[in-house]
Amino acid sequence: MAHLEIRNLSKHFGAFVALEQVNLAVERGEFLVLLGPSGCGKTTLLRAIAGLERQDAGQIFHGGEEISARSPALRDYGIVFQSYALFPNLTVAGNVAYGLKSRKADRGVGREGVRRRVVEMLALVGLPGIEHKYPAQLSGGQQQRVALARALATSPDLLLLDEPLSALDAIERVRLRAEIRHLQTRLGVTTIMVTHDQEEALAMADRIVVMKSGRIQQVGGPQDIYRAPANDFVADFIGRGNLIEGPAVGERHVRFGKLMLRCAEPLSPGRAHRFYVRPEDICLYDTLDQRENSFYAYVQKHEFLGAYSLVTLRTHDLAEQPLVAQFSSNYLAGRPIAAGATVRVGIPPEHLRPLPEPA
Amino acid sequence: MTRRTLSLPWLGEGQTTSERLSTGLLIGAAFLLCVFLILPLGVLLMGSLFDDAGEFSLVRFIEFAATPGMGRAVWNTIWVALVVTVITVPLAFLYAYAIQRACLPLRGVWRIVGLSALLGPSLVGAISFIQWFGTQGVLKSWLGDSSVYGPIGIILSTVYASFPHALMILVVALATADARLFEAAEALSASRWRKFVTVTLPSARYGLISAALVVFSYSVSEFGIPKVIGGNFPVLAVEVYVQVVGMHNFGRGAVVALLLLLPVLVAFIVDWRIQRKQQASLTARAVPYVPRPDWRRDLPLLAYCVLVSVAMLGVLGMAAYTSLVKFWPYNLELSLTHYRYGLAEAGVLDAYLNSLKIAGLTTLVGTPFIFLVAYLLEKNRSGPAWLRPLVQGAAALPMGVPGLVLGIGYILFFNHPSNPLNGLYQTLAIMVIANVVHYYTSCHLTALTALKSIDREFESVSASLKVSQFVTLWRVTLPVCLPAVLEIARYLFINAMTTVSALVFLYSPETLPASVSILNLDEAGELGPAAAMATLIVITCALVSLAYSLLTHFLFRRQQAWRSPSR
Ligand SMILES: Nc1ncnc2c1ncn2[C@@H]1O[C@H](COP(=O)(O)OP(=O)(O)OP(=O)(O)O)[C@@H](O)[C@H]1O
Ligand SMILES: [Mg+2]
Repeated sequence: MAHLEIRNLSKHFGAFVALEQVNLAVERGEFLVLLGPSGCGKTTLLRAIAGLERQDAGQIFHGGEEISARSPALRDYGIVFQSYALFPNLTVAGNVAYGLKSRKADRGVGREGVRRRVVEMLALVGLPGIEHKYPAQLSGGQQQRVALARALATSPDLLLLDEPLSALDAIERVRLRAEIRHLQTRLGVTTIMVTHDQEEALAMADRIVVMKSGRIQQVGGPQDIYRAPANDFVADFIGRGNLIEGPAVGERHVRFGKLMLRCAEPLSPGRAHRFYVRPEDICLYDTLDQRENSFYAYVQKHEFLGAYSLVTLRTHDLAEQPLVAQFSSNYLAGRPIAAGATVRVGIPPEHLRPLPEPA
Repeated sequence: MTRRTLSLPWLGEGQTTSERLSTGLLIGAAFLLCVFLILPLGVLLMGSLFDDAGEFSLVRFIEFAATPGMGRAVWNTIWVALVVTVITVPLAFLYAYAIQRACLPLRGVWRIVGLSALLGPSLVGAISFIQWFGTQGVLKSWLGDSSVYGPIGIILSTVYASFPHALMILVVALATADARLFEAAEALSASRWRKFVTVTLPSARYGLISAALVVFSYSVSEFGIPKVIGGNFPVLAVEVYVQVVGMHNFGRGAVVALLLLLPVLVAFIVDWRIQRKQQASLTARAVPYVPRPDWRRDLPLLAYCVLVSVAMLGVLGMAAYTSLVKFWPYNLELSLTHYRYGLAEAGVLDAYLNSLKIAGLTTLVGTPFIFLVAYLLEKNRSGPAWLRPLVQGAAALPMGVPGLVLGIGYILFFNHPSNPLNGLYQTLAIMVIANVVHYYTSCHLTALTALKSIDREFESVSASLKVSQFVTLWRVTLPVCLPAVLEIARYLFINAMTTVSALVFLYSPETLPASVSILNLDEAGELGPAAAMATLIVITCALVSLAYSLLTHFLFRRQQAWRSPSR
């Protein structure tokens, strides 16, 4: 049995289904990210694991024991909320030490022990020497770290994070996400984090759980999720992409309008298939390049975004549908791409991925 | 014992001791609210719907309707209340507007003076208006041939007494203006009057309706004022008093009380719904409006504030003056005779000490109880399904129950020989309880607002840290909510000190409270000592308010480090 196991968990709010038949296994030491659009039930699932929300049906096992009916205080986890929920009238030290005296294991440590642990935790989250400040005197990022230190001070077996970075500005967010991940790896604490930011999820997770309307859509490593989305929703939600559709011709070829492209994976001849092409998988070639799966297109729109450019392409061969391609500035090496220009592009066979049929 | 609790599904396994305790406490609170609020009101209802033989019948209502003069009393009550509402609400609205939307010097002073009537019993106004306009009044000529004893006196005194209640609501309603609306209106170069009509009035309309309902209910259920200054003008509230205290006709009293309860209850249910809508209409992104100086607006408003303040202080001052004058109006020499006489012989001292005891106990018992119940309601998620709605309903109900009605309910319920709590009747304890229940809703809402404004995850965090929620209540929630707690304490103290309505049915000669003794002194024609007592109460309440202000001031200074909004 996995370290944390969730079986057939369901939760309704009145007639509204917040979680439906959720099954999930989390391994010890893993960093799992729950990802999905707003209102999909991520927070509800996290709160159910914490016991803050009681499920209508289903079971939760933690470390081999069933905890489904236990109140939050009888489960073993630390939690960081989006609002941090720091106690405003206690100093940073008071906040971090809040859970220390109550635990049997810590009773023996005494005052000095508590102080040492606070210092240790603050050093761990990179905020030494702010023991005597109040939360209101800290920046958002600092408050976030204090909340993390408080949650980790009691050495919980499970760390739950609900959108811990969403209240921070973009730069702080990127820095902290690396720090949190680093800390988690170092402590080896099993962690479940909620986010609706796909980039954050891809950057931090060992495995990602993509959710929609209370159901799990796909569970997998960042690469799997990105490269092999299990359905349209996941494909669409993670990163940008082009959805194109056409009938298979023979085992390996597919026809889009006048264009015949080879596909690396086997197809069922005669049937219509849908393919998913990531913008960065579209290649730009020399005008006279004749390699397979290449074709002419004209540039409808060009958006320069610093490190890369987003180019909307149109091709008469490929029906009327525009293709969005992403070319890194490095790769373009100063080659000008202007609206109206004609370019030679291609989709390498291994990047033409058939999507599973919608259920 | 343990075995039995474990068999209840909502007190089951997988819960900590403090979670069980929390559910248990809420059940206890529900029980107390049932015994001290719902059952007495239920008995009142039964008392008027069942005849002497215990059969359901409307005979008491029919009897009541047939009593000569009752129709007049009903009509008088209603039209006086309407007139009072029509006068008070605009007066208070303009005053609140001057405080909130104009650049006046000494805004704090105008505000305090505007609220000063809260410091004394409602009778202060009545006594004072008798001195100003009564048979031997200083300004008797102002009224021409009409007498102040009657509707005029009742209306004047009720306007004075209900003014601060309307003012409090309207000040809040006008405080939450959205500057963006005014900027939009200005950009469209709307005239001053159009801005007022299209922006100010609509945004304050919920406050206006609310204030009107409060003033109307106040007037309908107030009986001290008509008792003192009403002469022979019959109104329902006095009728209840006469029936119950004078004639010991509890059944008839119950019928009249029920008639009083109905309009007030309806008014408060309407108000409750309106308040809900109002909350939804306030957007979080509103930008507070800060008025700019403009003498064409400020000068008339300042004059208005001065005028109203002079009038308010004139009323309060006349009561104080009366208490110091030797023998009105023949010997205007100042002396402390009334105080000395009152303290020594008329039992004023005892009554005053009783009142202090009652107010102190009301504060000490009521504040923790009300706050704890609000806390449990807000944070406790377990427990049987009926529990939270029951307690919520019981907490909201007292706002719609006039003190008079509550008092009669208490008599009918606790005075019943077969009630095991019969021993409580006429003790200090029952008066303290009546006060807590009577003023419950406002305090409950204050506590709830404070609790809702703090992070709702404190309890979740402490559960994850294995700290009991009661430790967190003590170490975090309570300190953070301390301003609200002090506010509740002050509110309870002042109201317990000044209230007449419920207590007038519950006291014994030994437990006579000061505010009620004013009524008795007035009845005995001792206006001087009555005024002395009223002045004592006002001074006490003013001192308590001052202490409260100082305390909160120092508290904020000390806790500035963590109370200041984040950097
Ligand atoms: N206590 C509640 N009562 C009723 N509905 C609720 C309650 N809590 C959550 N919901 C609903 O359940 C759905 C899932 O909520 P949840 O908070 O889990 O979403 P989420 O995925 O965390 O979204 P977000 O990214 O906005 O935080 C939402 O539609 C929400 O409105
Ligand atoms: Mg959420």
